[in-house]
Amino acid sequence: MFEIIRKRDLAPAITEMRVYAPAVAAAAKPGQFVIVRTDKYGERIPLTICDFSPEEGWVTIVTQAIGYSTTCINALEPGQAFADFVGPLGNPSDLLELSDEELRRERVLFVAGGVGTAPVYPQAKWLKERGIECDVIIGAKTKDLFTYVDEMRGVARVHLCTDDGSEGFHGMVTALLDKLVEQDGMKFTRCVAIGPMIMMKFTTMTARKHSIPVMVSLNALMVDGTGMCGACRVTVDGKTRFTCVEGPEFDGYLVDFDEAMRRQNMYRNNPKTHWHLEDKCNCTK
Amino acid sequence: MPEQAPEERIKNFKEVTLGYSLEQARLEASRCLDCKKPRCVPRCPVEIDIPGFIRLLREGDVDEAYRVIALSSSLPSVCGRVCPQENQCEGGCILGIKGESVAIGNLERFVGDHASAQADIPERKPDAKKVAIVGAGPAGLACAADLAKLGYAVTVFEALHKEGGVLVYGIPEFRLPKEGVVAREVDAVRRLGVEFCLDEVVGRTVTVDELLDSRGFSAVFLGTGAGLPRFMNIPGENLNGVFSANEFLTRANLMHAYSDRYATPIYAGRKCVVVGGGNVAMDAVRTARRLGADASIVYRRSEQELPARAEEVRHAREEGIGFMMLTNPVRVIGNDKGEVTGIECISMELGEPDESGRRSPVPVEGSNFIVNCDTVIMALGTTPNPLIKQTTDGLDTDRRGCITASPEGATSRPGVFAGGDAVTGAATVILAMGAGRKAAAAIAGYIGGA
Repeated sequence: MFEIIRKRDLAPAITEMRVYAPAVAAAAKPGQFVIVRTDKYGERIPLTICDFSPEEGWVTIVTQAIGYSTTCINALEPGQAFADFVGPLGNPSDLLELSDEELRRERVLFVAGGVGTAPVYPQAKWLKERGIECDVIIGAKTKDLFTYVDEMRGVARVHLCTDDGSEGFHGMVTALLDKLVEQDGMKFTRCVAIGPMIMMKFTTMTARKHSIPVMVSLNALMVDGTGMCGACRVTVDGKTRFTCVEGPEFDGYLVDFDEAMRRQNMYRNNPKTHWHLEDKCNCTK
Repeated sequence: MPEQAPEERIKNFKEVTLGYSLEQARLEASRCLDCKKPRCVPRCPVEIDIPGFIRLLREGDVDEAYRVIALSSSLPSVCGRVCPQENQCEGGCILGIKGESVAIGNLERFVGDHASAQADIPERKPDAKKVAIVGAGPAGLACAADLAKLGYAVTVFEALHKEGGVLVYGIPEFRLPKEGVVAREVDAVRRLGVEFCLDEVVGRTVTVDELLDSRGFSAVFLGTGAGLPRFMNIPGENLNGVFSANEFLTRANLMHAYSDRYATPIYAGRKCVVVGGGNVAMDAVRTARRLGADASIVYRRSEQELPARAEEVRHAREEGIGFMMLTNPVRVIGNDKGEVTGIECISMELGEPDESGRRSPVPVEGSNFIVNCDTVIMALGTTPNPLIKQTTDGLDTDRRGCITASPEGATSRPGVFAGGDAVTGAATVILAMGAGRKAAAAIAGYIGGA
């Protein structure tokens, strides 16, 4: 069992949990993910690692309650435990393959949206620990939905934007990216986008316009997370790839986002996805 | 062997075959001629003393019969159900030449299910040498049991949340009950002193090198199986509604998605086409049937070449499964929402025998036709997971990704042994167990005494 040692509500339906999982924490690298299961009846749910401490043995996850299983995850309280917490899975971020010297020549821009903001944090933090400051665009519909802004400010230059103009730049992340490059004259050698699939698709198009290479972190459906099921398959450069073992980060220019979005909705109409709305939820029992 | 009636069993996931009564078992056991030079034993990959246990069973001594089997196998209830006996022990039985061979598999199953005896708990020194087993499937379980019996301190690392490997994620409940059979036999291995570390992915959570260098293990056995599903690489294969058999069966078996108490969803649609002709294809198509689908097999060769066990094919037919033989998909067809609506196939005819000795299928030009369906399940075989190779320096694999190992299980890395599907590619439970046992002996030789 993997105990929840801290819990914070970050925004409506978005919750951060720090989970005691020393073996995962000891091996974790920025960009990797875990698979969690609340109890023996639960579904295996992949979640990107948002922070970790090998010394203290914990890993942080941030979950947005969308369907039944994510609602059950967020209903757990400190002192309660996950039945399973497996990882770290997937490959670390490409940035980790670069030497410190190579990294110093890079100007890295992260583009984060919604629940994808927290997973950017370990990568920005990793760069900061190497003395490299990066830029992070964080976008939200409205200012109440921002998450991880203070944490991110501790490790990177942060640029906020909201769809409704309630805080920061008024517009989407793509418009802010245009502004940073075209008006502010900022130059970036790499972009990493993490967030909703649609945001990653348009961020990729915008980054491409500015000739910035872009990596995207795909949050595909998975069962085992170790290469066995193929539920997470995605078309990259015309070839089928498994997000769990070959990703989760892929070259955004080459990803078939429309297919990836469609595949994410595979079980959207399944009755089990909506159990939490029908009083069938046993997550608080 | 009594069975659930087909019209009943397609509405549930309970076991199809019901097992012998003691009387039936003793009667069947009495048919064994107790040959001086038994032809059955050498055909068993773990060389169970088959006439020996049958003799005891005939006398009604189920517990002693169990002890005889336990010398060679820790999983009699499993193997009695899933071994291809017709090609192994029963295929060798002298009675089979003129009539029906002794139902050795059914007898083994009876002994496994009904014995209250347990294998003796081996003695272990407090400073016993440690062996790590990677993967709690048939190869790993067999290797772990033998090493524990020899007095080693054995730890099994399993990536999933349950022990059993393919026995829990692949083979359906209606063929191999999970709680009553698999969990029970895993517990028997645990009782030998074997420790299980679930949710640990070797290659990610910990590497083989760390196990050897910093975790104090004297040797590592890789029983990681062949878990990577193959696809056809035809257009439309990533449409919603196309699944690997691995995904479909893992949802049903490991995650119990067919049950309304478990949160994992599964979708079989109204009409389901399963591509392939092996046991996994039969498992997938019969699972889809039980989920309410009108389900059919599409296979590119003819019925004679079906690699599935004869019993699985018979059970599938009884359950109303359609068989489209000499048929091969060329593309999956979808609607504007990206959902499967059908599969375009081409008729095949048999040509010259290929390297496997089976006549290879050749497409009949212009014979394309469309089969309407909501789901397509690809059961085309699996290959070993590359994770261990990618994260273990100096571990040789062949071009199919299988770990290169000697017949005794030694790999290119000293102290690292391997066996089962990870070495051979997808094969059978019992061959994996045989490889696990051979490797256990080799590991004991490599380390020296426990």
